[in-house]
Formats: sequence, C-alpha cells, structure tokens
Amino acid sequence: MGDKTMPLEDLTQHIESGMTIGIGGWGSRRKPMALVRQLLRSDVTDLTVVTFGGPDVGLLCAAGKVRKLIYGFVSLDSIALDPHFQAIRESGGIETWEYDEGMFVAALKAGANRLSFLPTRAGLESAVMEMNPHLRTVDSPYDDEVYVAVPGVRMDVSLIHLNRADATGNAQYLGPDPYFDDLYAMASTKTIVSTEKIVPTEELGASAPQTLLVSRIFTDAVVEAPNGAHFTTCEPDYGRDEAFQKHYAASAKDPDAWKAFTDRFLSGDEAAYQAAVQQFHAESKEQA
Amino acid sequence: MSTDITRAEVCVAACSDAWRGSGEVLAHAVGLVPTISARLAKLTHSPDLVLTDGECFLMSEPPPLGRSAAAGGTIESWAPFRLIFDILATGKRHSMMGASQVDRFGNQNISSIGDWRKPKRQLIGVRGAPGNTVNHRTDYWIAKHSSRVFVESVDVVSGVGNDRARAHGTPSLRFHDLGVVITDLAVLDYDDEGRLKVRSLHPGVTAEQVQEATGFDIDVSSAGTTRVPDAEELRLIREVLDPRSLRDREVRS
Repeated sequence: MGDKTMPLEDLTQHIESGMTIGIGGWGSRRKPMALVRQLLRSDVTDLTVVTFGGPDVGLLCAAGKVRKLIYGFVSLDSIALDPHFQAIRESGGIETWEYDEGMFVAALKAGANRLSFLPTRAGLESAVMEMNPHLRTVDSPYDDEVYVAVPGVRMDVSLIHLNRADATGNAQYLGPDPYFDDLYAMASTKTIVSTEKIVPTEELGASAPQTLLVSRIFTDAVVEAPNGAHFTTCEPDYGRDEAFQKHYAASAKDPDAWKAFTDRFLSGDEAAYQAAVQQFHAESKEQA
Repeated sequence: MSTDITRAEVCVAACSDAWRGSGEVLAHAVGLVPTISARLAKLTHSPDLVLTDGECFLMSEPPPLGRSAAAGGTIESWAPFRLIFDILATGKRHSMMGASQVDRFGNQNISSIGDWRKPKRQLIGVRGAPGNTVNHRTDYWIAKHSSRVFVESVDVVSGVGNDRARAHGTPSLRFHDLGVVITDLAVLDYDDEGRLKVRSLHPGVTAEQVQEATGFDIDVSSAGTTRVPDAEELRLIREVLDPRSLRDREVRS
C-alpha cells in the first residue's frame, strides 16, 4: 500500500486551469478550506466548481477562479447568503447550473456510477428546466411517466475534508453527517483528501466501521491539515468559528474591508493563516 | 376567549392545523412559527408526526427551539442529508416552507429576483422546492403578507404551482399537493381551478387589508375567521414550546 501523503503546497500538481473540481461538505460545514486556500495561492483559474456551496464558493469567486458553478445552493448556514456569491451572480459574472438539491445528488450518483443520467421527478415544471437548458426529460420505458434525466457529473479532481485518514487514503468521518463526500470521491478521476490528523490504519476505529466513509481505492493524495476546515464546521473536532465567519461575511461586503481581510489572512501560507486566526481571536478577547 | 392572544400565536395555531391528518410523516418546517407549529401539532392532534432537529437527527422529543440535538431532546432516528432526498422521494414527508414570491397559482420563488442570468438580487437558490412540490404535500408560510411577496408572476419558479402541475400532462406529477398558504394576515387555500383564495382572516384583519397586501385579485368572499388557540395550546406555546417568545420576532402583533 503506497504512502499517499502530500504537503499542502503540492496540491496544484493535481489541478490545472480549466478543470472541473468537486468540493465536498455542505454549506458552511466540513469544507476542505485549507485546500481551497491553497487554490487561492495558486495561479489556477477558469474552474468549473461542483458543490453544495459555502464560503469555498465565495472565496474562489472573489479570487476570480471560477468560470462556471454547478450547485444545489450556496449558503453560510448561520448567515443565509455568501456576499461574494451574491455579488458575482448579480453582476452576471459566472455561468451557473442551479439545480434542485435532490437533482444535484442525482447528478453525483450518476457520475459516480458512470451513468449518462439518473431519472428524477424533481425539477419537472420548475424553472430549473429553463435555467438549465441542457436538461432533458426521458420517457419511462415501462409506463407513461416522464422524468428529468439529470446528467451524471464527472469531475477531474475532488477535494474533501475528513476527521481522520491513514497514509494510504482511507478516510473517516467522526461527526453526525457524512454529507456526500464519498460520492464526490467516486464521481472524480482524482480525489485529494485533507484531514485533521493522519493516523495509523489500525487507529481508524474498527469499533465504528460505518464511519469509514472513503476507501483508499478512491484516494490519490492525503494532506494533513489540522483545523483545515476552518472556519466551517468539523464536528466533533470543532464547530464553526462564527465570529470569524461574521468577520468574513462583513468584509466581503466592502472592497476596502475585503482587501484588509485578504492582506491579513490570505496573503501568506496555511501556517500564516492559522496564526492570523489565533491573533484575530486574541484581539477579540482583549477587546471584550 | 382571552383577549391577549397575539397574532404570532394565532399563526402558530393556524400552521398547526396544516399538519392535521398528515399521519406518520417527516415534518419539514422552515422558520420559527412553522417549527413551533409542528411541535404543537405533535403535542395535540398529531402525535405520530416525526420531527427533526434541523440537522441529521429525527426527534421523538425535540431539542430546545432553534438548537440541534446536541442541546437536548430524544433522538429516535438518523437522517443525514443524503437520506432526506430519499425520504422525500417516498412521499413520507410534509413541508412548510417560506417564499420570497408566490403567484395566484401557488408558484413559489426562493431563488433570485429578476432575470436569473443576472439577478437583481440573488437569494438562496431553488434549494429543495422543485423536488418537494412534486413529491409530497407542501404548504407555505409568509411572515409578512405583502404585494412584494404575492405577485402576478414569480421570477423563478422554484416550487411548482397548480397551473403548471395541471398543464403537465403525464402521471409524473400525481404527487403534487399544495395545501395552504399561511400568512400574518390570513389562511389561504386553493379553489377548484387551483387559484389562491382566502379561507380565513385572522381576528382583527379585514378583507380589504388582505386584498391591499396582495398583488393580484384574490377571492375573499367565502373567508371565515381564523380560530384562536385554545387554553391548552396557549399553555403549550407559552410555557413549553417557546417560553422565550421567539415567535414574536417573526410575527409582530
């Protein structure tokens, strides 16, 4: 079994401009934010991003990395909307495929199964059909029903963040919800797993085998990135950093504030980011 | 009848009535008043309703309002997001969602305002509305009844209305089932042609007020008066379900 561990800095060896990339998690939950921040540091651009979007979408849009977005929604959960996503939509700045959430899952499932499409009722007679003119319906071969044929989505690379992984790429979630990270892995040519902690395989926890979400079959590289989902949730290791998320959303609404945010948090490497976050909280405490 | 019953409490009772007869299904309630109403329904006329914590747990005893199972309650099952889409496809679910726009046939928009290619205002996206409305009963909750919400025509059809469902022409939309629209002024339902009409006006609300706040002609001729919660319901709302009166943030008296 090969050692697939990789330093964060090597991420862009796997990602080129113009690729279709999947980003796991859900809204502002267990997003592979360290990997996203590494993308921000790179010159990769012109991406098609496939995701249940959170601040990953906002950050990549603000940095001009996204050409097209395929999404079930974009939300920060405790803050309804990501200001960067709103701004780029309202300027008509990106191509979008806005799907019903269930349709989005069907697209992932079909992609994972290497199927052209999966049928679903969701989307019939809604504006989703007009907003996505590539969508077709299909007549049932068995009765007189008709369904939306959701095309399978395949991605060049998926980025997911899980609580624990071993060096070979077996990865485990310890929180209450797996989201769809295993589907992203199966629907992608390559999958990069970032994890809070790389542990020996025997420590992955045979006592709770159902937490072993992703097999190494689907993993190409493992990046150890403690606090790597920050500022989104990574239950039970940590919850969402609501104070920081508020600061992110407020800064995103104003160009000067956003420049200050990027200078302070996004101009250095991941260690500099984590140090700046600690400093941010230390200052908040002093002010309190 | 107590005269100090608030408008929010009238709305909670009206929403509670919407769950009546749903049986053993997953109650999907978006917003504070719908959430309180599903809990009230479970404690009174609909004990079989299945509630969630808003995250991935189904709860036989719900957590404190606005908090997840981590804050308390009794977990009875596990329904991570991936399972929700399977559950709704079975039909064993009943939604009460919000709406940024609704038209006379119950088409609902939560996606964006203006042309979706370059919206004047990007909202939350269609989310689950297209799938919910073609798979199981869907009601809408509007905290502020206004002509900005009740419009002639919605900008992005997220939840499917009766006109579109009826025009569809195959059996694939046979589970389409719009129930009621409950607002801070009235309870609306649909006539035989699938058009919204006023079923009842909340106490103190006039027909003129509702017509004024609705951006299309609406039939108020058969409207009664919305019932007020009884003493036991008031006790449950005030002492058990929402002792901090969070409901008053959504509906002002």
